[in-house]
Amino acid sequence: MVYLDYNATTPCLPEVVEEMKRWHTELFFNPSSIYSPSQEVKKVVEDARKKIAGFLDALPEEIIFTSGGTESANIALTGSAFAMKDKGNHIITSSIEHHAVLNTCKFLEKQFGFRVTYLPVDRYGIIDPEDVKKALTEKTILISIMAANNEIGTIEPIEEIGKIAKESGITFHCDGVQVAGKIPVSVKKLNVDFFSISAHKFYGPKGIGALYIRKGTRFKPIMHGGHQEKGLRPGTENVPGIIGMAKACEISKNLMAEDASREKILRDELENNLVEKIPEIQINGHPEKRLYNTLNLCVKYVEGESMLLHLDFEGICASSGSACTSGSLEPSHVLLALGIPPEVAHGSLRFSLGRANTMADIEKTCEVLPKIVENLRKMSPFWDKK
Amino acid sequence: MYTEKLLDHFKNPRNMGRIENPDGIGKVGNPVCGDVMWIYIKVKDNRIEDIKFETFGCGAAIATSSVITELAKGKTIEEAEKITNKDVIDVLEGLPPLKKHCSLLAEEGLHAAIEDYRKKQNSQK
Repeated sequence: MVYLDYNATTPCLPEVVEEMKRWHTELFFNPSSIYSPSQEVKKVVEDARKKIAGFLDALPEEIIFTSGGTESANIALTGSAFAMKDKGNHIITSSIEHHAVLNTCKFLEKQFGFRVTYLPVDRYGIIDPEDVKKALTEKTILISIMAANNEIGTIEPIEEIGKIAKESGITFHCDGVQVAGKIPVSVKKLNVDFFSISAHKFYGPKGIGALYIRKGTRFKPIMHGGHQEKGLRPGTENVPGIIGMAKACEISKNLMAEDASREKILRDELENNLVEKIPEIQINGHPEKRLYNTLNLCVKYVEGESMLLHLDFEGICASSGSACTSGSLEPSHVLLALGIPPEVAHGSLRFSLGRANTMADIEKTCEVLPKIVENLRKMSPFWDKK
Repeated sequence: MYTEKLLDHFKNPRNMGRIENPDGIGKVGNPVCGDVMWIYIKVKDNRIEDIKFETFGCGAAIATSSVITELAKGKTIEEAEKITNKDVIDVLEGLPPLKKHCSLLAEEGLHAAIEDYRKKQNSQK
């Protein structure tokens, strides 16, 4: 099997799984209990928090644990909107955010009367910080912009947007799910108030994530229960998950530079080869300001899902837009926001590389895909009539 | 999510291609929606002697095109007109709800080709 869908999820590292094991079994204790075995668990959770904080250049007390990226984004947006509704009702985001952010914004619009500005992007998917500045009103309480786009890999000018947010005193949430573990992150340098991450995107377990909440940021809990996570996100801690995430952070920190240089070579090879072998394709996303592992392209006159099925017959796992997008009939909202016509956007493919990929994987894909495209184009009423 | 039957039609589409100088052609769908089907028919003695399709679309669109051509081949015009999307779904042994429109498109494509054939017949009279 050739797995080229690391932006969807990554395999949990065996050493992470190993580390997690005993916290399920013999060290199962609830960290909130008073007896000494629980106290040991509590200490390990706090050690993990320190590691994860270090990974993001934050303080341990600024990290809360969640069930993943979707929850982190949901509670960051809703929690800060609710906390600041006395101050204003306007939120600024972009048109290419992940649905975890977009649909939370829509929820706040529909159910609670917040107003949301969805900023446009340029043809590479870059958000202009000047547009953020121009969209600010007296009623603006929150900005939410992703660090890098999951579909096209474009990296956004977060530091600049963070500066604008800081200068205007507006809370800034950054969806960092696709950058955490891929590029070094300093929440201080980025000037963000909230930062969302998800462990399974960087070789950690599924069902665990974190939300950075800068000290002093206004926030109301969305879930209600016990005192865990200072009451900001109650519920008995996912101890094995937390420990697994901390381990994954540690490993990513050590391997990031190596991953980057290796995966970039493979990704570029894939890109150059496909461009050479397949006529009428276009690469989406920024040529340079792009995640080193991501390749998104549109194959004209062919539909994406049919290419994915044929790739799957050949044992190659890829995606068309995001996994969430492939369950719907609409072409990717991200590609449409780039100004790509819908009929072209339907022919999109995303390859996202990871640690286990080799040059042989790339060679196989470059050998198989051109044939698939040729066969599907033979079937397409548009191919030779243009 | 797809049945084995569907994957078989997708992998080995029947009657794929085009007929030069067809007696009828049905062009349905819209590239903006991601599905376009062109159905060509050759009619002899009121019977669909040959039928071919060209499709731009997802796995279900290609498979339903393939099935509709198989169902219609050799049928009289009147028999072919009675073929519905349900017949297509039956042959495929099911279709995900989200892809039902593909089977409708196949039905429309066949019916549009027959309509085109009738129009041409009338104009020759």
